Amino acid sequence: MFKGIIGSRWRVPIALIAVVLILAPLIAPLFWVYILALIFVTSLLAMSLNLVLGYGGVYQLHHAVFYGIGAYTAALILAKTSLPVWVGFVAGPLVAGASGLVIGWFCIRLTKLYFGMLQISLGSLIWIIVSRAYSITGGDNGMHDIPVPALLRSSNGVYYFTLAVLIICLVAMYLIVKSPFGSTLQATRDNPQRCEAVGINVKRHQLIAIGIAALFAGVAGVLFVGLERSVFPGLLFWALSLEVFVMCLLGGWFTFAGPIVGAAVVVALRTSVSIYTDYWTLVLGVILILLIFFLPEGVMGFFLERLEPQPVEEGRQLANVEG
Amino acid sequence: MQSALSIDALSSQLLIGLSRTMILFIVSAGLSFVLGVLRVPNVAHGSLYMIGAFSAYTIVTALGSNPAGFWLALLVAPIVVAVVGLIIERGLLSHLYQREHLMLILVTFAIGLILNDLVKLAWGADYRSVMPPAILGGSLTLFGFAVPRYSFFLLVSGPIVAVGLWLFATKTKIGKISRAAAVDRDMVGVLGINVSWVFAASFVIGCYLAGLGGALVAPTLSITLGMDQTVIIETFLIVIIGGLGNIWGAMIGSLIFGVGQSMGLLILPQYAVVFPYAAVVIVLLLRPTGLLKSVW
Repeated sequence: MFKGIIGSRWRVPIALIAVVLILAPLIAPLFWVYILALIFVTSLLAMSLNLVLGYGGVYQLHHAVFYGIGAYTAALILAKTSLPVWVGFVAGPLVAGASGLVIGWFCIRLTKLYFGMLQISLGSLIWIIVSRAYSITGGDNGMHDIPVPALLRSSNGVYYFTLAVLIICLVAMYLIVKSPFGSTLQATRDNPQRCEAVGINVKRHQLIAIGIAALFAGVAGVLFVGLERSVFPGLLFWALSLEVFVMCLLGGWFTFAGPIVGAAVVVALRTSVSIYTDYWTLVLGVILILLIFFLPEGVMGFFLERLEPQPVEEGRQLANVEG
Repeated sequence: MQSALSIDALSSQLLIGLSRTMILFIVSAGLSFVLGVLRVPNVAHGSLYMIGAFSAYTIVTALGSNPAGFWLALLVAPIVVAVVGLIIERGLLSHLYQREHLMLILVTFAIGLILNDLVKLAWGADYRSVMPPAILGGSLTLFGFAVPRYSFFLLVSGPIVAVGLWLFATKTKIGKISRAAAVDRDMVGVLGINVSWVFAASFVIGCYLAGLGGALVAPTLSITLGMDQTVIIETFLIVIIGGLGNIWGAMIGSLIFGVGQSMGLLILPQYAVVFPYAAVVIVLLLRPTGLLKSVW
């Protein structure tokens, strides 16, 4: 999508989106400003998953665990210690990244579905401990009214803060994807045997990718704490992982911006459809199935195919060979 | 602590664990069969199990005090689920087998979402319960221990299903064909066998087992939305640690989950759920492709 520096055809749309997002709080109702901020957080989570899933080809089936660890770390530091706020905001991603490396180190010796299942088991262990340790984490009830800085108490403040962090992270992820490390990672996805043969340590690249992805998921978790001022065990439940996973596939997992589209679609659908009916997951399910049948490359993949067919097509064929 | 670990408590926890094992086994055997033959990680399997439980509830309630209600439910509810499975397979899945694995997870996830909301539409969000028939109520004495009759019934049903499934897979023609298709679907097709219908039949059998598990579990817990969630994750892990597509592996995995959790309740009640997951981690680290031979 972004070839070299941002391709010329993308400059106008990106600038337009940026202007709309910056002006949004001035015109949109409060509720939708909140929903937009929630989309930013979810987008960052989905993007971080796509670093390992789309670019690394790793079956990261329990990504939400790192999101939850980031959120809980920040929440615990903010609520239970007198350390400065920024410590919590920095520690969240770091602890998430470190746990990504630890869990990844165990999982990386397995492949595909086995990798995913081991990750789900390890993640579920953390989920159980968090949801039962009432004295520390509040257990099933979670923690509420977490003290956040004054900046994040106003709806516009938290909106711009979330947007700014999202943009910084997007740029960072984009640079990582385009770096030599990113290219090598994609090579290990497409042809692991050949990579091993030319002396690339496939497992190590995948492990580093998992760590980076967990770090960004931790950032998303911290943003969630800033936005909601609460945490609960659902943040590290496997069902959320599945939902994020679906966002990547829905938006297009061989595209850079696909997960953002997927996250936006899911969050916006849930919000708008659930105003009219209790059966929003039915609507989501039907839409997903229609998309699978008619837009197999995801929403972004579909549009990119119309614009520049090669990269998406290539990715798909490689995935077929691998599967 | 001393009294908690008495023989009585131990045996009754073991019994609860074993009953749960049998339910888990029946459901995960279905999942394993579908995963083995079709290579479809059916995330909607839990929803099918839930439909089985709700159908059983409707049948038992409709027949009121008639003791035949439960037996009819046991017969009909799995068939209802199997028909739902047939519609899903013919309508959706059969067009998508060529897609990547991850896409199939997405498809079955979407199917699960739809099924869950359809259950909510049809039965609502209330808690439901089913009484076991009089003949299975109360308890009997076995080796000096009081055993609830329904638990005993489950303990007998599980192995019957296991042996039946094993006979089906190894002795009948369609079972043999489906096992062959699991290994090499193209070769089976070349031999002039309609692989498409073998797949449909295998998927339907998997769904039937999910429905049977749902109908059998109905009298033991309150039937409600969300009962699919714990089952789907547990059965997936069971299938993985047992060895994909291996019936006996599914039995061992179910034992680890069922008995592990109920025994864990005696040791660390608050964190009992930890035990089966920890067991899965250990198994996967020591034997990455499962305890028994996988068909993949």
